[in-house]
Amino acid sequence: MDSDIVQLRGVNKWFGDLHVLRDVDLSIRRGERMVICGPSGSGKSTLIRCINRLEEHDEGTIVVDGIKLDHDTEHVAAIRREVGMVFQHFNLFPHLSVLENCALPQIRARGTSRAQAEAKAMEYLTRVRIPEQAAKFPSQLSGGQQQRVAIARSLCMEPKVMLFDEPTSALDPEMIKEVLDVIIDLAQSGMTMICVTHEMGFAKKVADTVVFMDNGRIVEKAPPKELFENPQSDRTKLFLSQILSH
Amino acid sequence: MPQTAARKRPAARRSRWTWVDTALLLVFALALGVLLWRAGGVFSYKWNWSSVWPFVYRFDDATKSWVPNILFEGLATTLRLAFWGILVASVIGTVMGFARVSKKLMFRLIGTAYVMLIRNIPPVVFVFVFVFFIASQIMPALGLGDRIKNLSPIAQWWLSFLFGAPKLFDNFLLGLICLSVFSGAYVTEIVRAGLQSVAKSQVEAGESLGMKPRDVMRFVVLPQAFRNVLPPMAGQLIQLIKDSSLVSLVSIQELTFMAQDVQVTTQRVFEVFLFVGAMYFVICFTLSQIFSALERRYARALK
Repeated sequence: MDSDIVQLRGVNKWFGDLHVLRDVDLSIRRGERMVICGPSGSGKSTLIRCINRLEEHDEGTIVVDGIKLDHDTEHVAAIRREVGMVFQHFNLFPHLSVLENCALPQIRARGTSRAQAEAKAMEYLTRVRIPEQAAKFPSQLSGGQQQRVAIARSLCMEPKVMLFDEPTSALDPEMIKEVLDVIIDLAQSGMTMICVTHEMGFAKKVADTVVFMDNGRIVEKAPPKELFENPQSDRTKLFLSQILSH
Repeated sequence: MPQTAARKRPAARRSRWTWVDTALLLVFALALGVLLWRAGGVFSYKWNWSSVWPFVYRFDDATKSWVPNILFEGLATTLRLAFWGILVASVIGTVMGFARVSKKLMFRLIGTAYVMLIRNIPPVVFVFVFVFFIASQIMPALGLGDRIKNLSPIAQWWLSFLFGAPKLFDNFLLGLICLSVFSGAYVTEIVRAGLQSVAKSQVEAGESLGMKPRDVMRFVVLPQAFRNVLPPMAGQLIQLIKDSSLVSLVSIQELTFMAQDVQVTTQRVFEVFLFVGAMYFVICFTLSQIFSALERRYARALK
């Protein structure tokens, strides 16, 4: 069991009367790369937002790296230090330079010295291939560049798991590749990741496991080749035919 | 595809100043001239500015020196009210603004009740109610007058520099609290709007990076809220300075109160109030320049 870094057991969640997660069981091994797909409103984003407590689940247990996610704020804080998150709309801090975006969380959440934090920020900005933008502000960058900064900012915290919430959905088409390339690099370096995305090419290329969700449930979970070529449920078949038909 | 040669941008069609602007300006000046001329004819008013100046500064025969007179003292009181009022109203507004968006129901209720109470009654009514029903019960109980008498001379000097004549300290404090509580309600709403103007996703980003809620507030939310709040805050604090004239109704001896005194004595209504208006303008204009500079500075920090 220790090889599972994230474990969800019987997770249920409601938004008001809307039952958005229904008896979700899911575990992710260390080093596993998982892609979650499904129609909009199927609960994919809510699921990964529950893993670092941006949303609170109502029933069931979530364990991350041996820490149980409950109302203990220390547990929540510890889990958030282990789990990095990249958002659809980047969510960079607009009033801080790119370098500051990457350095501030290290200084505040890890107590790193400024010099060390900035050195590490430059290291990861180099890794996402935009060290030359360090002094600029987010509004001066393209969407693709902003998303790469967001990835670098998250990596600076040295997370054990990375969550990606539709990282390319808000990007112009010509910028999707530069962001996916960075994520692919990261996947190949052995980072454990859960990625909500509709980029099926990306899923085929890097994912160990693809999870198909619909209506708050996990409908199917299989390696990409299996899931894409031989989907078991009708719902999966319909979804795949809709997104792969063009 | 044939390559198009890069061309220079064509000259802008509109210049900054055209004959239309000149014509409009002339018409406006003419209209103003006619208005003043007609007004002069109707009033047949003899301007006499020299009767006002002695109330600003007068020559004291006893000491053979120039000493400030009541209009100057009123101006000083207004400046003190403005300075402390801005400070206290900002503190009240910040505390109450946070209360308005608090997770605790009790704090939200207090904040909301405060804003709704003040915002929905006329300022004049508030001033009277506050002073005669609330403050008149509390102020004597504090017994500040006796305590001030027992202060050292240096403390007395500082007190009169910061708050005006010690014997009027009670009076000044009353006006200050009244003005601050009143303006604080409007500042509260500006602070609340400022805090809410920062997207929730910013908080999520900070928290997902493991930052403590307090740090997220301090380093992510507040700097952005502060920038958003500057323009409406400038307006409200300028409004506070102008509203300080309201406390003249309860005998706080600031500029407007003194002006009424002088007006009664000299019968020079227009001179006195034009002078007073100019003084308010100078104070408010200075403040708005300070805020413009602040805005420019924060805009630069972002770009």
